[in-house]
Amino acid sequence: MTTPLQAVGTGTASRAKPETPLAAPRRLPLWKRLWRDRVMLMLTLPGLVYFLVFHYVPLFGYVAAFQDYQPYIGFLDSQWVGLQNFATMLGDPRFWDAVGNTLRITLTQLVLFFPAPIALALLLNSVISEKVRRFVQSVVYLPHFIGWVIIVSVFQQVIGGAGVLPGFLESIGLPRYDMMTDPDAFPLLVTLQVIWKDCGWGTIIFLAALLSINPELYEAAAMDGAGRWRRLWHVTLPGITPIIILLLILNLGSILSVGFEQILLQRDAVGPESGEVLDTFVYFNGVQDGQWGPAAAVGLVKAVVGAVLVLGANKVAHLLGHEGVYRNASK
Amino acid sequence: MRASERPAWMERPSKLGVGLKAVIITAITLLVIYPFVGVIGTSFSSESEIARSGGFVLLPTAPQLDAYRAVFDGGTVTRALLISVLVTGVGTLASVTVTICMAYGLSRREVTGSKWILMIALFTMLFNPGIIANFLLVNQLGLLNSFGALVLPSLVSAFNLVVLRSFFMNLPGELLESARMDGAGDLRILARIVLPLSKAVIAVVSLFYAVAYWNNFFNALLYIDDSDRHPLPNILRTFILQGRTLESAVGTEAPAPVQAIQMAVLVVAIVPILLVYPFLQRYFTKGVLTGAIKG
Repeated sequence: MTTPLQAVGTGTASRAKPETPLAAPRRLPLWKRLWRDRVMLMLTLPGLVYFLVFHYVPLFGYVAAFQDYQPYIGFLDSQWVGLQNFATMLGDPRFWDAVGNTLRITLTQLVLFFPAPIALALLLNSVISEKVRRFVQSVVYLPHFIGWVIIVSVFQQVIGGAGVLPGFLESIGLPRYDMMTDPDAFPLLVTLQVIWKDCGWGTIIFLAALLSINPELYEAAAMDGAGRWRRLWHVTLPGITPIIILLLILNLGSILSVGFEQILLQRDAVGPESGEVLDTFVYFNGVQDGQWGPAAAVGLVKAVVGAVLVLGANKVAHLLGHEGVYRNASK
Repeated sequence: MRASERPAWMERPSKLGVGLKAVIITAITLLVIYPFVGVIGTSFSSESEIARSGGFVLLPTAPQLDAYRAVFDGGTVTRALLISVLVTGVGTLASVTVTICMAYGLSRREVTGSKWILMIALFTMLFNPGIIANFLLVNQLGLLNSFGALVLPSLVSAFNLVVLRSFFMNLPGELLESARMDGAGDLRILARIVLPLSKAVIAVVSLFYAVAYWNNFFNALLYIDDSDRHPLPNILRTFILQGRTLESAVGTEAPAPVQAIQMAVLVVAIVPILLVYPFLQRYFTKGVLTGAIKG
């Protein structure tokens, strides 16, 4: 914000002491400043209440992780069981299935999905005709706005049991293959859906990075005899490496969270042995089966590990010279 | 944006390279468009045509509206559609109002405590309380099985807040300052100057919210027991993914093929997004980048 506005302040408070404009105290007492800013602060109140109630207060719900929690009795009267829920969690083979599946899916997405938007951005960037580029961008951004229910339904229609692809395979003499019910292919299936939905959307940030590369670098490289591939290697890639590293680190921060809605919708088609991830495990165990205590324990562990990973990832990104996620937003 | 011409120093592209690129780009575009065309085409098709084509009809030879008649017959789908429209309308209005107020309140650095309030909001981007905690909260608040459970848990997105706030902060300071000189208070400045200057970005944020409400099925799944009060995505899930029969979904008799009806429901869910997409698309790149860089 511009400095003149700050100098003007917000009305009466600064005008109240016209006789000492230079010697005016740098800071008014807290209550005076709050009174001066009351309108602005009141405006933030509904949003602030929302964030506190729906994002911070729920954290207290994790006391259920240390209780034999029964919703009808409530937190106060449910029996305290210490760490028993965590012992239950560690002894539950389904929990370890969920951990394994989560990591397997994350890894598949990291290898197959992460590079996809980079490749697509490079491809789009190399298209010289702006019209074509704009058109393709409009098309590939669209799936981002389609909900998971619709996307999974559409996949069902195309590659599912009675869908187009199995029918086609049969018509050319191959066995029908239904990927949507093949447990082994589940990580791949989930990743393909993510690519369809968000590969285009993911290009936005890389395209911006590509645009910010100084064109003179390309020209100079071309003058020095660098061909298109050498320019890609020596100019383009170094230009977007910082953003790639930043996103990679941030991705590592969220390895325990794989598309919850997406997987919830398809878990039953492949069975929990390969379709269960940590989030769905918490949902089915807690909300569906009423195992509140153990489910809360898993949720708590996941939330804490997740938060540590995200904050750690931010820290690393920061150390590497990039602006962290939360730090620069308040500047 | 760049000029649409090849710079002088760039070598003439080879025929093979251009051809290859064109093929890849066309293939990607088709992969995105094909399912939409297939869904729409099938929804207008007859039983025999669907059987002949093996599931997806791209261009029905004799388009018919039977599936849509069944869908809008007053059964479950019609009701779910109304619920979805209501949730999206009310939710978007509430979300946009609260977000605008909060973003404006935080748009001046010198406001006492605004930095802390902003941090409280931004920190929620990094930390998700999780399903159990959210469920127990909604339960404690007595919101289970209420309309509020479909709107309140996702009322404000920190991302949209950041987008709006940074837009407000970049409005020309001289304008706000002169209004203040004329004696306008904070609220008057918001109503008379900030809002009229921010129509485009507010439209984008509204559309982001609307799309999120329209697509959300998890709030209803988690918080609403009675499936008669579920919005459209939940109905899609039940009747397409879980293979529940459609007789109960649509009116008394369903003369249209089951698959056409399923696709018609999908079309009903997709079309609103396709309608707002062109407006959304014009502005969102800028908004996304602001959000991505700041948050």
